[in-house]
This record gives sequence, structure tokens and C-alpha cells, in this order.
Amino acid sequence: MKVSVQREDFDAGAEIRALSSDPRVGAVASFVGVVREVGMTLEHYPGMTEKALHRIVDEATGRWQVLGCTVIHRYGELKPTDQIVLVAVASAHRGDAFAACEFIMDYLKTQAPFWKKEAAGWVEARASDDKAAERWR
Amino acid sequence: MKVKVLFFAALREQLGTPGEEIELPSDVGTVAALRSHLRRRGGAWELALAEGKLVRAALNQDMAPPTSALKAGDEVAFFPPVTGG
Repeated sequence: MKVSVQREDFDAGAEIRALSSDPRVGAVASFVGVVREVGMTLEHYPGMTEKALHRIVDEATGRWQVLGCTVIHRYGELKPTDQIVLVAVASAHRGDAFAACEFIMDYLKTQAPFWKKEAAGWVEARASDDKAAERWR
Repeated sequence: MKVKVLFFAALREQLGTPGEEIELPSDVGTVAALRSHLRRRGGAWELALAEGKLVRAALNQDMAPPTSALKAGDEVAFFPPVTGG
């Protein structure tokens, strides 16, 4: 299980290939979040961010059969079309991979301490993100 | 007892500080009590930490409900609801 909080961009293809190298893996589901329309600065809480992401991944591996998982989240200055986040989950079968990937993303949205600031100001949290996380309870 | 308090994002900007070490009176023993204690400083503190404001807290880098008990040396962070992903 790999968690990284970093300024630098990532290579989603390389991360997915790395997860597929285990012969027990039959499915890798992945999500890439991308900056839409306006640039932003992402602030985070060093230390807690990594801890929160590991906790979310642990929760997912307890619920589904997960053979490998990579979560990368960027911080700092980001421009439109830049990649923000990668969640990739490897399982024997697609059901576990899809579900765990969506679960990690939904929990990350409400539990991982990141904050987006655009030119117009700080982005407000959305109630729909809380709803998305609640359906996994 | 002494605790470390941190502020992030909009809250850090409104309060004009990333955080501080603070000596707590003996009746301040929970996350909620600490928030009220800081609010009593008035001005920006009263506004940013007002009852109606959505402020989340973490205790020793885990999300924490307002009722969480504090002990000496704890790291308490206050911040707006998160917006990553």
C-alpha cells in the first residue's frame, strides 16, 4: 500500500503498471482527479494528511479484497488540466477494485486535510461530498 | 496544562497565525472548551470560531469530535471542512 503527498506530478500509467505486476491481480481500478477551469493552491496538514490517507486505505483493505493500492495527492500551485489526485486499487476481480477505489475517493474528500484556494477565495466544502461518504457507513 | 494549537486554510488567514503553544486554565479540558476559550479573545477569534461556523478539529492528527478530552502535550488543530480530491 503506497501513500504519497507531494508537490510533483505523477505518472498514472506507471503506477497502474506497478500494481499489475502481481500475478494474483486480475483488476486495477483507478481514479484521477484533474484541475478544472481555474488554477488553485492546495494546502494540507503535513503529518495528519499521510496518517488520514493510510487510515482510509486500511479501512478499504478491511472491507474488500485488495492486493495493492496507491494513493497520490498533490499540494501547492496547480493549473487547469494538472492532475491532483490518483487512487488506484488492485484486486483479483473488478468488483472489489471498483468499490474500494470509489470508497477511498469518497472518504478522502471528507477526511483528508486538504483545502483548495482559488483566485476568488477558499473553496467551500460541499454537502454532496458528505452524502457520498455517508453511503458507505 | 500546555497544548499546541494549529490553524489551517481560511481559519489560519482569519486569525493571522498558523498556531501557538498555549497554557490552558484547569477548566478547559475538551476540544469544544478550547474552541470557546479561544473565542473569548474577541475580534477575529470571536468571528472565526463563532458557534454557527463550521469548524472541524483534529486531536493528535486524527479527526476529533468536540467532546474529545485534552491532555498535556496534545496537538489540536482547527480548520474548515476539507476540500481535497
